[in-house]
Amino acid sequence: MIQVNARVKRILVPVVSVLAGFLIGAIIMLIWSYNPLTAYGSMFTSALGNMNGLGETLREATPLIFTAIGFAIASAAGFFNIGLPGQAQAGWLTSIWIVLANPTMPKAILLPLAVIAGAVSGAIVAGIAGVLRAYFGTNEVITTIMLNYIVLYSCQYLMQKVMSDHLRIDTDTTKTISRNGSLHLDWLSNVFGSSRISAGIFLAIIAALIYWFLMRKTTLGFEIKAVGLNPDASRYAGISTKKNIIVSMLLSGGFAGLGGVVLGLGTYQNYFTQTTSLDIGWDGLSVALLGSSTAGGIVLAAFLFSILKIGGLGMQTIAGVPYEIVSIVIAAIIFFVAINYIIGKLFKTKANSALSTSSSVKVNKADGSISGKEPQ
Amino acid sequence: MDIVTMLSLIVSSTLVYSAPLIFAALGGVYSENSGIVNIGLEGIMTIGAFSSVVFNLTFASTFGSLTPWLGVLVGGIAGLLLSILHAVATINFRADHVISGTVLNLLAPPLGVFLIKAIYDKGQTENVSANFGYFSFPILAKIPVIGPIFFKDTSAPAWCGIILAIILWWVLYKTRLGLRLRSSGENPQAADTLGVNVNKMRYIGVLTSGLLAGIGGGIFAQAISGNFSVSTIVGQGFMALAAVIFGKWNPIGAMLSSLFFGLAQSLSIIGNQLPVIAKIPTVYVQIAPYVITIVVLVIFFGKSVAPAADGVNYIKSK
Repeated sequence: MIQVNARVKRILVPVVSVLAGFLIGAIIMLIWSYNPLTAYGSMFTSALGNMNGLGETLREATPLIFTAIGFAIASAAGFFNIGLPGQAQAGWLTSIWIVLANPTMPKAILLPLAVIAGAVSGAIVAGIAGVLRAYFGTNEVITTIMLNYIVLYSCQYLMQKVMSDHLRIDTDTTKTISRNGSLHLDWLSNVFGSSRISAGIFLAIIAALIYWFLMRKTTLGFEIKAVGLNPDASRYAGISTKKNIIVSMLLSGGFAGLGGVVLGLGTYQNYFTQTTSLDIGWDGLSVALLGSSTAGGIVLAAFLFSILKIGGLGMQTIAGVPYEIVSIVIAAIIFFVAINYIIGKLFKTKANSALSTSSSVKVNKADGSISGKEPQ
Repeated sequence: MDIVTMLSLIVSSTLVYSAPLIFAALGGVYSENSGIVNIGLEGIMTIGAFSSVVFNLTFASTFGSLTPWLGVLVGGIAGLLLSILHAVATINFRADHVISGTVLNLLAPPLGVFLIKAIYDKGQTENVSANFGYFSFPILAKIPVIGPIFFKDTSAPAWCGIILAIILWWVLYKTRLGLRLRSSGENPQAADTLGVNVNKMRYIGVLTSGLLAGIGGGIFAQAISGNFSVSTIVGQGFMALAAVIFGKWNPIGAMLSSLFFGLAQSLSIIGNQLPVIAKIPTVYVQIAPYVITIVVLVIFFGKSVAPAADGVNYIKSK
């Protein structure tokens, strides 16, 4: 058992989970006689070794940052928003539709309009679950799962039956959006070896800052966290639980919707019929869990998962390992995050020096050697 | 199309689509009654579908018409093995039930496809040669009117599921084991005080759900999809979860709601052959099970109907 202080432990648990996840992936590769070192080597070089790979990795991370923030906000209020895929899909289709329907509108109006509309549509989908939870006590895990499928089939219907013919190529694919509504930036794309990276990455970083500010510095963030920690105590303190449930779900869905927006206006530049729940929803959930719902953690975890997902393509070509190993590693990482109670037992939190004066000298010394800081 | 033909078409396709849901939902009922939320049904079904297809492709020539039944068992065992992950994580390691269940859902499809690629060197399998097909009951099928509708060219797994639901209802509500299982989900502290081994009951609940959901996946693969790919199981597990809730955590209720969801699923597929249904846009039939589940949850019950300690980790006090 290793002695560390509480702050180091908070960082060590996800790090150990990541390493253990990679180890599980390596073991599976060994069983099927693939070489894990070649595989992981080719993964990292193709995701980070050239500008195009790096650009694609950042592009992949962009929507994940949004959906992860969405999950984290609901989670802070004590809710499991498993409806991220549906909310992101609603945002994607809405933003693309608005851009396609208004080809002549100037960029300064059209782009913000499409982005906001996408966020609003995601918020509406999540808001349904929020309202039902607040007023009827309906379990949000179930409603958001059901809403995923309702959105999935409704989007198919809207694409095939409602959208007018001149906006789409065929019943499953829309036309490519005009430059007026696109997040694509020529210079950025050129810097990163003509990859599909877009202005979405800047929006994602702004979103992470807003999320940090919201949760740490505002009354709303404080109330959301209070409701999540203890709804009864919050109500006693005069915080409206109903309001905070709904607001946190609206914000959560709004961010998830933005994830869909950057996927549409940034990555694909169109919308095409989906037959299963969007990956960015489930991946966003994983990112938020690994990043312990902190702004910095989310950005780092999104980047790590994107290295896996983009590097996995290179790994498949170079090392011949099936791409699916990437998703297995991600699932394994989240499994280890889920059993953090056990992982945490590997590290013993040091006794607080203020409480245990007898051992304080020893604690201070060991602490200085690990983190270089005074124990709090 | 005369009325008997039409009804027999609806009933038989309803049974075909219900069968996987019935088994998976019955599994969900046992898991949740023991106090462990299992949203990993989807992932367990995926692994069940994967292993039954691999078994079927490998042994169809050896076992002949018995193959799909054995394949279903293999699927069940694979599901049981996967559910051990969920059981250990939630019961021993205090993991959040929803996160742990999500891990199963995240893990199963890539694991299945990875193994398919490793074994067959391609992304999806061949179609199985020995599938369930239709089954006619020997004597019952001869009964006029009722015979052709319910017992001729029907789904044998579905009838097994209906009978199993009755047995499992009896076990859950009329036996000592059932009482202990339910008490672990309602009030683990009280159950523990009375000498019930809560962890053991919860293991029984989760492993039963693994076995039955795996069987459900095996039935789906060998009766409906016919092969295994990443999109073989898309939403059936979640629909089974909805059936658990719609059926108020009761085996009979879950079976009846699975039949209802099976009807909804089959209407979206055979609907264009039926007079009135053909005029309704498919989307309404497709989203009906999900909308109805939400509406039922909202109108008829809030949070009070689920087992009281469902989803709550039991940490023994010293």
